[in-house]
Amino acid sequence: MICLAGIERNFVVGEETVHALRGVNLAISAGEYLSIMGPSGSGKSTLLNVIGLLDRPSAGTYELDGRDITGRTDDELARVRREKIGFVFQFFHLVPRLTAEQNIELPMVLAGIDPAKRRTRLERLLVEYGLEDRARHRPSELSGGQCQRVAIARAMSMGPPVILADEPTGNLDRHTGQDVMAVLERVHHGGGTLVLVTHDPEIGSRAHRRLRMIDGAVISDERL
Amino acid sequence: MRLTDMLNFAWQVMRGYPGRTFLILLAMGIGVASVVAVTALGEGARLYVSNQFGSLGTNLVIVLPGRSETAGAMPGVLIGKTPRDLTLEDALALKSSRAVRYIAPLIVGAGDVRVGARRRETPVLGTTAEIATIRRMDVAQGRFLPEGDPRQSLPVCVIGTTVANELFGTRPVLGEWLRIGDRRFRIIGVMAKQGESLGFNTDEIVVVPLAAAQALFNTESLLRVLVEAKSREQIPNVKADVEEIIRLRHEGERDITVITQDAVIATFDRILRALTLAVAGIAAVSLAVAGILIMNVMLIAVTQRRREIGLLKALGATGRQIRLVFFTEAVLLAASGAAVGIAVGQLGRNIATHLYPMIPFQAPWWALVAAPVVALLTAVLFTVAPARRAALLDPVQALSRR
Repeated sequence: MICLAGIERNFVVGEETVHALRGVNLAISAGEYLSIMGPSGSGKSTLLNVIGLLDRPSAGTYELDGRDITGRTDDELARVRREKIGFVFQFFHLVPRLTAEQNIELPMVLAGIDPAKRRTRLERLLVEYGLEDRARHRPSELSGGQCQRVAIARAMSMGPPVILADEPTGNLDRHTGQDVMAVLERVHHGGGTLVLVTHDPEIGSRAHRRLRMIDGAVISDERL
Repeated sequence: MRLTDMLNFAWQVMRGYPGRTFLILLAMGIGVASVVAVTALGEGARLYVSNQFGSLGTNLVIVLPGRSETAGAMPGVLIGKTPRDLTLEDALALKSSRAVRYIAPLIVGAGDVRVGARRRETPVLGTTAEIATIRRMDVAQGRFLPEGDPRQSLPVCVIGTTVANELFGTRPVLGEWLRIGDRRFRIIGVMAKQGESLGFNTDEIVVVPLAAAQALFNTESLLRVLVEAKSREQIPNVKADVEEIIRLRHEGERDITVITQDAVIATFDRILRALTLAVAGIAAVSLAVAGILIMNVMLIAVTQRRREIGLLKALGATGRQIRLVFFTEAVLLAASGAAVGIAVGQLGRNIATHLYPMIPFQAPWWALVAAPVVALLTAVLFTVAPARRAALLDPVQALSRR
């Protein structure tokens, strides 16, 4: 479903060119649970952003669902992202002035989905992620674990086939982290594709397929 | 994104940053309110002046002795002497024009009016019965000057209410005699209260037949002749006829000035309208200032809400949607500000009306439309740059910073 071939990503910092990704080839099939590990600066987040269409590769091709999407306009990519990809971030990135349910609703609002339909989906998501009694709270009134659950519910609101999580437990204590991972893994059990970036081996080892990256290159790709 | 969602989102932003929202509303409100208030003042002054002229009577043409060389100046008044008098016979001759309905020759002088021991210095107006129709003068008691041959000097007079009160107090007035200079006049009427129009207060004058005034002031010369045209369309004909008739009677000399009321009103109208526009323009500058404030606030918002913009992009917002989010916010802010401004402006108008009830303060419709429209336009215009900046923001960078 996701097919990367010869992906390069170069940044120009001052006079120097930094190679964040060097010739990455990667195929991910639907329903896979994959973790990307490596030291900081190894390019794992950049790879995730490329997969998530937030970043454009400097070279190489990217096929999503059999369609080449390199060279599409930003707006086309935004629409693909809306339908196919859900993001979960380390710092949650909830809109502080919106309530939990308004945050969860945001992707559906952007997609212009009918309010009645949004409401039913929202009710279901709130129950599914155990947030019924937190629906009208703002992020400042929620714990870290609750915030991340809101973020996961938001990522799932459009029912995307792919969830990309960038250090989802990086900002949580160990116990809450385990909790959040269990929630994320439910997505995978439901048939979705889950790609996880982490530098925590304990978290990373939960995945069925583990990628290790160093200096922008994939050095190992093991499956259980 | 649906329109209601867009508005709701902008509304959440406005509520989320109350201090910022309040400041913008204040700036926009002041801008719009000052335009509304200033134009209401200007329009009030314009209507006041044209009402004043209107109360002189409609379709009025004024004939003055002497030729005015520069438009607008009152001849004779400035020079003090006119080449040839305008006489009663001249005035009566004007009746031969078919466009003329009424004429009223006028002499004005200061009279020493006495009743018994009471005396009063009062303007005395010598004229004919037709002035009551032309100037819309009503009598409260008795009757106005009798119709008939204006060359005949009858010893009767009609007095203003103030004069009646001051000379007679509460005593009945009709049929009493009063003395002006060395002549005696019987009071046959008291004029209804009319108040001042263009500095001429009918409550404070004594009206006598023209011939009596001629004898009283020992003059043949008329101050002016008021002519009422048969209709508004006839005013140019009246003007032409009057000039021709007098020219023939004055051995071919064009030594009179004919003022049409319309021309005077139009001139005042133009001046006051230009003034209103000029001042409204100055007030509109504050709208531009408010627009710049909105731009500043929006630019700050783009920086402050970097992560939010990046997030919206990650969630699938297109550049167009991001721009629309900012424009909606600006339009909502400007519209609310304009509403506040119009409300405050109208409040100011009400206060001004309360303080000066005789002036009809009313913001003209064009100002009520233009002020909010200009507010909205400046808001949109000044949001172009911030919205563009937000739409071009790189989501990876925007999200990476804590």
